Amino acid sequence: MSLLTLSNVTKRFGGLTAVNGLTFAINAGETVGLLGPNGSGKTTALNMISGYLPLTSGTIALEGTTISTLGPERIAHRGVARTFQLVRALPSLTVGENVLAALAFRKDPLWGSEAEAKIGALLENVGLAGRQHDQASNLTYIDLKRMELARALATEPKLLLLDEWLAGLNPTELRAGIDLITRLRQSGITILLVEHVMDAVRALCSRCIVMNTGARLADGPTADVLSDKAVIRAYLGDDHA
Amino acid sequence: MIVLVSLLALVALAAVPFFVGAYPLGLGIGILGYGVLATAWALFSGPTRYISLATVAFFGIGAYTVAVLADLMPYPLVLLCAALIGLVVAILVGLATLRLAGIYFVIFTFGLAELVRQLVTYYEVNVTRTLGRYVFLPIGPEHIYWQLLGLLAITLALAFWISRAKIGLALRVIGDDPVVASHLGIGITRTKLALFSLSAVVMTLAGAIQAPRWTYIEPSIVFNPTVSFLTVIMALLGGPNRLFGPLLGAVPLFLLFEWLSANFPNHYSIILGLLFIAIVFLLPNGVLAAWDKFAARLKNKEARA
Repeated sequence: MSLLTLSNVTKRFGGLTAVNGLTFAINAGETVGLLGPNGSGKTTALNMISGYLPLTSGTIALEGTTISTLGPERIAHRGVARTFQLVRALPSLTVGENVLAALAFRKDPLWGSEAEAKIGALLENVGLAGRQHDQASNLTYIDLKRMELARALATEPKLLLLDEWLAGLNPTELRAGIDLITRLRQSGITILLVEHVMDAVRALCSRCIVMNTGARLADGPTADVLSDKAVIRAYLGDDHA
Repeated sequence: MIVLVSLLALVALAAVPFFVGAYPLGLGIGILGYGVLATAWALFSGPTRYISLATVAFFGIGAYTVAVLADLMPYPLVLLCAALIGLVVAILVGLATLRLAGIYFVIFTFGLAELVRQLVTYYEVNVTRTLGRYVFLPIGPEHIYWQLLGLLAITLALAFWISRAKIGLALRVIGDDPVVASHLGIGITRTKLALFSLSAVVMTLAGAIQAPRWTYIEPSIVFNPTVSFLTVIMALLGGPNRLFGPLLGAVPLFLLFEWLSANFPNHYSIILGLLFIAIVFLLPNGVLAAWDKFAARLKNKEARA
């Protein structure tokens, strides 16, 4: 059975159809890239999966159970975690408290000394060892991204949604970022990532789904999808196809 | 250490009525009353940054409950009833408003206080056919002082516990970013409702306890919006995110307002408004945070010298 299933999912904002009859499924353990030109509906799709936006029609199911009628809080408890396209730190909290906030309110909550130990391990995992008492508002961009990832992982998700997590990083940081996600993959988490950095997509995703104008344009092994004429046309225009 | 100092302070404050006259005791009651209101206000509004102007709605409900029920049942039961009525109103109002944010919440809470005042006035004029009510209870000012002191101690203890508990963290996360809060599995409405109600119950009790002191109450007295504004200014001056911040703001500002209203009764609100603006501009996080910043700068200077 698929971990995540989208069936005929549509989202309209007034007269604009952002996502139009999107259908796909992701199996447990897969790392899938969700690609497409700007405005093709990738982030809207992610927002509907995490419960941030309600659907206009269609259904989203996690492990066969419909989640698209639930709010983000209950979807989080079912095992979906995410990062945001524009990093959303909790600036008045410390780095450790940011992660604690995830541990304390997940389905099997941690608090006190148990949580403290876990915070240390989670921060070390993303390369922020020893930074838990720093104020989140003082972190650099890459460190904010690391912290946001640690916070998402703290919920012990079955499905991790990464929205352009690698965007805006310099080449060294990008290398470190790709290594980090590779390690997550190997630990067995299912990942759906929206990404424009093609090197990362090639390195990380075994499979890609390409969206254009709100609908699915292609779905298949990464190499095939990236050489698909329709995909190249959507990204670069007719001259390049 | 803090607990011991707090307990000693509590004992010292409890002894005050034995040593002072009627006027200083009256000032003490006023300070404690506003100390309770400001601390209770900060319980909810500090971490969430939802500026509530509904303080006087609950304060007035407390006072009116005592005026209506005082002859019908023993005093402790009257206080219990007041707390319950405050709780029910807070839950109903909370369910209706806590989905609002920012300026809409501010305006709604201000409107709510006015609505409650108008409803009580309408009821009194058209049903009971008398606007004011007398409160004759054999409760002296020193008893009111002790009750308020007890309520303040309980409120501070609650605030201390909440700041260390999960619900306190949940409120801070909601205050920083409600979207993140919901994606981490925090029940936003439930959390806000719980703290809003707790804060409202304390405010209701503050009004109920002080009712016997006025002897005569009417809606324009106990639902006076100035109470809500003063509470906000006091909490902001001291710092709404520090345990003793709101109380620290209440002491000087209450004394200042007493003096102003006695000496400049006609210009009182102008000065109040100017002070409000000055505090928001100059001390956005309160005196305590400003002091910490100043101390840190001093330390840096020393380290460099």
